[in-house]
Amino acid sequence: MLKITDLVKEYPNGLRALKGVTLTIADPGVVAVIGPSGAGKSTLIRCINRLVDPTSGRVVLDDMDVTALGRRDLRKARRRMGMIFQEYNLVERLTVMENVLSGRLGYVSFWQAWRRRYPPQDVAAAFDLLDRVGLDGRENTRADALSGGQRQRVGIARALMQRPDLLLVDEPTASLDPKTARQIMRILVELAHELGTPALVNIHDVHLAQSFADRVIGLCDGEVVFDGGPADLTAEALTAIYGEEDWSATIRPADEDDENGENAAVAEAV
Amino acid sequence: MTGTDLTPADLTGPRVWKRFTPRQSLVRFLWYLGCVALFAWSLSHLEIPWFYFLDAHEQAADLLTRMFPPHWDYGAEILDPLLETIHIATLGTIVTYFIALPVAFLAARNTTPNGVTWLIGRFLLVASRSVNTVVWALIFVAIFGPGPVAGIWAVAFRSIGFMGKLIAEAIEEIDQGTVEAIEATGASRMKVLLIGVLPQVLPVIYGTTVYRWDINIRESTVLGLVGAGGIGIELYSAINQFQWADVSVILGGILIVVLISEFVSAGVRARIT
Amino acid sequence: MADTRIWRPPALIESPALRHGLTLAVILYLVWSIGGLDIDWGRVSQGLPRAGRMFERMFPPNFERWELLVRGVVESLEMALVSSLVGMIIAVPIGLCAAGNMVPKPVYLAARAIIVVTRTFHEVIWALFFVKIVGFGPLAGVLTLIVASVSFISKMLAEDIENMNMGQVEAVRATGASFPKILLYAVTPQILPRYLGVAIYRLDANIRHSTVVGIVGGGGIGMTLTATFKRYDYDFSLAILLTIIALVFLGEFFSSWVRGRLR
Ligand SMILES: Nc1ncnc2c1ncn2[C@@H]1O[C@H](COP(=O)(O)OP(=O)(O)O)[C@@H](O)[C@H]1O
Ligand SMILES: [Mg+2]
Repeated sequence: MLKITDLVKEYPNGLRALKGVTLTIADPGVVAVIGPSGAGKSTLIRCINRLVDPTSGRVVLDDMDVTALGRRDLRKARRRMGMIFQEYNLVERLTVMENVLSGRLGYVSFWQAWRRRYPPQDVAAAFDLLDRVGLDGRENTRADALSGGQRQRVGIARALMQRPDLLLVDEPTASLDPKTARQIMRILVELAHELGTPALVNIHDVHLAQSFADRVIGLCDGEVVFDGGPADLTAEALTAIYGEEDWSATIRPADEDDENGENAAVAEAV
Repeated sequence: MTGTDLTPADLTGPRVWKRFTPRQSLVRFLWYLGCVALFAWSLSHLEIPWFYFLDAHEQAADLLTRMFPPHWDYGAEILDPLLETIHIATLGTIVTYFIALPVAFLAARNTTPNGVTWLIGRFLLVASRSVNTVVWALIFVAIFGPGPVAGIWAVAFRSIGFMGKLIAEAIEEIDQGTVEAIEATGASRMKVLLIGVLPQVLPVIYGTTVYRWDINIRESTVLGLVGAGGIGIELYSAINQFQWADVSVILGGILIVVLISEFVSAGVRARIT
Repeated sequence: MADTRIWRPPALIESPALRHGLTLAVILYLVWSIGGLDIDWGRVSQGLPRAGRMFERMFPPNFERWELLVRGVVESLEMALVSSLVGMIIAVPIGLCAAGNMVPKPVYLAARAIIVVTRTFHEVIWALFFVKIVGFGPLAGVLTLIVASVSFISKMLAEDIENMNMGQVEAVRATGASFPKILLYAVTPQILPRYLGVAIYRLDANIRHSTVVGIVGGGGIGMTLTATFKRYDYDFSLAILLTIIALVFLGEFFSSWVRGRLR
């Protein structure tokens, strides 16, 4: 369970990106965070694993106060939170397998990391995950030879290798074309449900959020302005988050074009 | 005066065009003047005995005629010293490789632990580069005695700054997002360097190593002058004993070795990148 | 489902034969080169205590004879300045001739040969010769640094000319301009900023190299430094070394500042 209380982040230039955010994520499932760019979505996610240090407030993960941890304990806490990035952030010159296994870095010794001698069960788990994200047979491909969609699949596998208690996902599809974006979201959501891992997903695409999320949080100017189910995202709610606009074209039934499932995802990847 | 200005051409003369405004011209002129003045002052202050110049061309011509024909038989004797020169450069570069890497991580802003370590790293790089290989050789001959060991350390200590600087610059230009991703897995600082940083700068490391090896071959040819091994010993004694026919053979040997090393280095670097 | 697939970490070199062969070759080379070197291990093993004693004598650095130090530094600076300027001028015709797209082949080959030979031989070797020809003192040092500067600047210049935009040259040639006019109107504007940048860089390099020509009698602070080593005046040596480090640091700072403004 993740509990965020009165989280404030003021950047050194005086900009208050978060102005007291309080929210609780108790159940497994996908929580989408939507909001205009600059709303503080990335800041919120990065405060949770402290890639950004919050100015005040508390982040508690299963009774552990992340905001109070020293460096060593912080690293232990980070092992429990998998992160997925918009720009994938793979190590481009390493192979797919090395990238996926880097999710276990917190658990192996420096020597093992140097020699790439990961425990056999880690390698087996990595193979399983590669199958699941549709990259079987690509383990020895170098990351810089992959397409954007394939890179994000590796990014997902790397985060899940940590067997995290929480997934932090920052705009996973913003650099992808619409079709690939849906495939990636589908993989992410399916795996999160299957593993029972709660996922906090930043998304700027309202429609994607509606189709895939179990819960939607609206962030505007560093404050939570909406918290509810995807069906509750009415025109009024969207106006509160993004400002006045004609929302009739944006709001669509949740499961409209969900027919091409896992197979298409695999076909694209191979 | 009305807005339509119809001043007749014969009042203002033909329109002139100048590359620079008077002010620009003045600034440029002052710059030139400053350079020339500095040059003249330096030259006069050096108190160069110009009468040496009077017969310099005769001296040079005399030297050249004495160098020919080269004493070819001497060639067999310089094979070992030439080989030693190559060994000094190669072993020195290998030693450098292991020292320059940690220093580069200290001297790069994004991998150094704190401000103090950054300053230390930077100072090591500047100190290493400021002191010429031959001066390093002077120091190491005093420590290890004459011989190639001093040469190897001299080559290494000069190269640390060169390679360290280039590698540190490469480290400062890496993709920081990758580093964040590895940090987010809970990896320790050393593992972040190993997995997140090192692979990104590996091509630069290989490239600079080979490049520096090539430079070090050239540097090693003169280490013998201060007793640090290699072909320089033969060169120095041949010159001091006025064995000019031997000198030309030595110079030929150096020319061949340096050209080959340059060729090899260029070939390897072209394949790396 | 137990996964029995195995994964091997990728090797730097794909083919096992080549990989093991290379490893073996490296080991053999190390054994051969270290074994073949003429090393007095007894003397080398005294190195650490000797280094310790040397450091003891180096600290604290002794700046008492600062007048000697300043005189050497000023001489080095003057040598660097004079040789950079002269080298900068002589490098222009040679660099031009070494550009394959500007001159006929024989001229090109001759100019390239000059550059290769001057580059191949270390400054110290040039200094040795100049000392033989014009005697000890700064003149030999200046001549050495001129040779090194000409070699460096003309090589850079030739590369820049070869990489410049030939369209502009053709445009000026199309107006019926003569070769010197082409140089003035089409080549110079394209090359000048980088040429000045290279020359400034060479000034900074010459400050560094001016310390080494002194070792064989070419004047400057290097000559002072060598003398201190011969007399075991290590505390003065350290003072000189620290001064050189500061000088090089300032020179580099100045050079990158000027080059930044040239852009
Ligand atoms: N490192 C930083 N320094 C200063 N301001 C920042 C920094 N990172 C983000 N900001 C500012 O904080 C606000 C929130 O940014 P961000 O969390 O990236 O929003 P979002 O992800 O919702 O687009 C923006 O106004 C942004 O300009
Ligand atoms: Mg963002």
